[in-house]
Amino acid sequence: MTWLLRGVRPYGEAAVDVLIRDGIIADVGPRLAAAGAERVDGAGLVALPGLVDLHTHLREPGREDAETVQTGARAAALGGFTAVHAMANTDPVADTAGVVEQVWRLGRDSGLVDVAPVGAVTVGLGGTQLAELGAMADSAARVRVFSDDGFCVADPALMRRALEYVKAFGGVIAQHAEEPRLTVDAQMNEGVHSARLGLTGWPAAAEEAVIARDVLLAGHVGSRLHVCHVSTAGSVELLRWAKAKGFDVTAEVTPHHLLLTDDLATTYDPVYKVNPPLRTAADVQALRKGLADGTIDAVATDHAPHAVEDKECEWGAARPGMLGLQQALSVVIVAMVETRLLDWRGVADRCSIRPSRIGGSVRDGHGAELIAGAPANLVLVDAAARSVVDPAELASRSRNTPYAGMELPGRVVATFLRGRPTVLDGKAQA
Amino acid sequence: MRKHLLSAADLDREQATLVLDTAQQIEAALAGREVKKLPTLRGRTVVNLFFEDSTRTRISFELAAKRLSADVINFSAKGSSVSKGESLKDTALTLEAMGADAVVVRHSMSGAPHRLAQWIRGSVVNAGDGTHEHPTQALLDAYTMRARLGRLEGLRVTIVGDVLHSRVARSNVLLLSTLGAEVTLVAPPTLLPVGVETWPAEVSFDLDASLKADVVMMLRVQRERMAASYFPSPREYSRRYGLDAIRMGMLADDAIVMHPGPMNRGMEIAAEVADSVRSTIVEQVSNGVSVRMAVLYLLLGGAEVPL
Ligand SMILES: [Zn+2]
Repeated sequence: MTWLLRGVRPYGEAAVDVLIRDGIIADVGPRLAAAGAERVDGAGLVALPGLVDLHTHLREPGREDAETVQTGARAAALGGFTAVHAMANTDPVADTAGVVEQVWRLGRDSGLVDVAPVGAVTVGLGGTQLAELGAMADSAARVRVFSDDGFCVADPALMRRALEYVKAFGGVIAQHAEEPRLTVDAQMNEGVHSARLGLTGWPAAAEEAVIARDVLLAGHVGSRLHVCHVSTAGSVELLRWAKAKGFDVTAEVTPHHLLLTDDLATTYDPVYKVNPPLRTAADVQALRKGLADGTIDAVATDHAPHAVEDKECEWGAARPGMLGLQQALSVVIVAMVETRLLDWRGVADRCSIRPSRIGGSVRDGHGAELIAGAPANLVLVDAAARSVVDPAELASRSRNTPYAGMELPGRVVATFLRGRPTVLDGKAQA
Repeated sequence: MRKHLLSAADLDREQATLVLDTAQQIEAALAGREVKKLPTLRGRTVVNLFFEDSTRTRISFELAAKRLSADVINFSAKGSSVSKGESLKDTALTLEAMGADAVVVRHSMSGAPHRLAQWIRGSVVNAGDGTHEHPTQALLDAYTMRARLGRLEGLRVTIVGDVLHSRVARSNVLLLSTLGAEVTLVAPPTLLPVGVETWPAEVSFDLDASLKADVVMMLRVQRERMAASYFPSPREYSRRYGLDAIRMGMLADDAIVMHPGPMNRGMEIAAEVADSVRSTIVEQVSNGVSVRMAVLYLLLGGAEVPL
C-alpha cells in the first residue's frame, strides 16, 4: 500500500508531501506525484516520528478487567505511539522468558503498536533474587529494559549486581526510585497539603536518596541506569550532576508530573493518587526545565489503568496510578510547546528519538528521522485543535484519567506503523 | 450552614459562633426538664456509620440525635456487610436507599467523609476521619473553653502531643484560629507534620516554655509510636511532654486543662492533673452532646423549626 501525505509539516517546519511505500518513507518533498497512492490531506498537520513510551502498564496477564494489551495498544495508537514498553508487574509477573514472550505476541497480534515487554529485575518483584534476565534477553521478545517498577530495587547490593549483569546483553535497569522505609503507608507528597489533609507524606528525599545512590553505583561499575518517573526538583539536580560526571544515566518524566500538582489531593478523589505522587508547582517547573535542557531524556506515560472499584473508594484504599497514553502528547504541548520550552524537534527528540535509543526499539525502526529511506513510523498532529477530555470516550478499558473535563490542545489525526495506518482521521484502524 | 460538616474550616466565624450559641440555647431549653427531649427532628433519620470503634463518640451522637427526636440507625462496621468487604460506595448507596437525612461517619481513613459526601444526598457529619479532622470535637472544646473562661477571642491555647497523627489538633487549630484564639502547638519535632509552619499556630518543642496559657489541651499519645522511633520511651516522653503536678503548678490560676479522651494516665497526663479542678474532661463529654445536637439541628434545616 502506498500513501501520500499532502502538505504536512515535519517537526512543524515547511509544508511538504511525504510518500510512504512498502513500510518506508520513499520520498519527502514539495508536490510529490504518486499514481494510485491513498491520499491524506495533511494541510497544517505537524508530522513527528511515531512516539515511543518507555513506561506503560498494560495489565495483561492478570488484570484484564482494567486493561488488555489490545485496549492499551488502541489507546497508544490514538495517542500517536508506535512503540510502548509494558511493565513487568503483571500477574504472573513478567520475570521469565515465557511471560515476556506472551506479552510480546499479544502486542504483535494487536497490529496497532509494537509492544516491548519489560522484564522484572527480581523474581516475583520480590526484591531478593535476580530473575533470569539473560533468558528474557535471549527470548523472542528480546528484552533490554528491566524494572521492578511498582517497587524499588531497594537492596543496594542487589541493585549493583543487576546493573552489572545486564551489561552482557546491552540491557538497562529502569529504577522506580523510592526508599521503602521512608514511604511506609505514604499517600501523597509530603508537604503543606499532606499536613492539612492528614495523609501520610511521601517525601521527595525518598526518591532523591535512591537516585543519588544509583547514579553512584552506575558510575562505579560503568553500567547504564534509567530512572523512571522523576518527580522532584532535587532529582533533576542529581541527574544533572551525574550527567556532568559522565555517568551513563538517563531519565524519564511523566506527563502528569509536568502538569499537575499535589493540591489536587484536597478533593480526596483518588484519581489524583499516583506513585510517585504529584508534587509542588516548583517541582513541576524544575521538571519542565530539566526536560527542556535534556537532563531528563524522555517523556514516559506511566499509563496505569485501574478498575472502577480501585478508584471509587477512600483515598487510602485506592490504587495509585492514572491513564496517560491518549493525553500524553496534549500535555506535552501544554507544558512544553505552548510555553516555548521545546520546539517540535525537541518534542520528537524527547518523545521518540531518545526513548527509542534508551529502550532499544530503535532496532525495530522506531525513533527514526522523517527522511527518505527511513522506516515509516510517524504521527500527524493537529496541534491547534482543542477538545475537552471525556473519560467515556477513551480507548482504555479503564476511566481513571486525571484530565477529565480539561480542555487540551492537540489531536492525533493519523499514526503510521511501518507504513500502515493504525489511526486515520482520529480513529483506530483495528 | 453548609450542607455538610467535613472540616472545621467549613465554618466561618459567624457560623461557628452560631453553633456554639445554639448549643447554649439547647442546654438552657433542656435544663431542669425531666424528659430531655426536643421534637425538632421528628421524622428525620440520622445514621451513625462507624467504621472504627469509638463507643464514646457514637453514644454522644446517638444521644444528640435522639434528644432531637430523630430516628437513629447505628450502622457499625463490625458484623455488618461493611466488614464483609462491601465498599464505602455501596454502603453509601444503601444509606441513600434508606433515605438517611444525615450520616455521621467515623472512619480510619482520612477523607472518607468527603468521598461519602460526593455520593449521597443527605448531610454528612465527620465524626473523625483518620489523621485528618474531628470538627465536632473542636466545637465542643471551643464550647467548653467559652463556658469556663467566658471568651475565645485572644485566648491562649497550648495544644500538646502527637499533632502529626491527631485529627483533634487539626480541627482545633482551624476552628480556634477562626474564632480568634492564639494557638501554640507543642510536641517533639517527630510528632509535628512537615508543613506545620503554614498553619495558623505557633510551634514549640518546649512544654515548660509554653505554659503561659489560658488553656492547655493534652493529646492522646499512643505508646506504640515508640516502636517507630517517634520518641525513645514512654518515660522520656512523659518527662518532656507530659502534664504532671509540677507543670500544672506553673499554670495561671484560672487556666484549664483539657483532654479529648481516652486518656493515657501517666503518659501524657498525670492522674492528679486529670482529676483536678482545672480539668474539664468530664464537662467536655456532656458538652459534646449539646454541641452535636446543635450541629444536627442546624445542618438538617432545623433553623426553620424553632427549638
Ligand atoms: Zn513506578
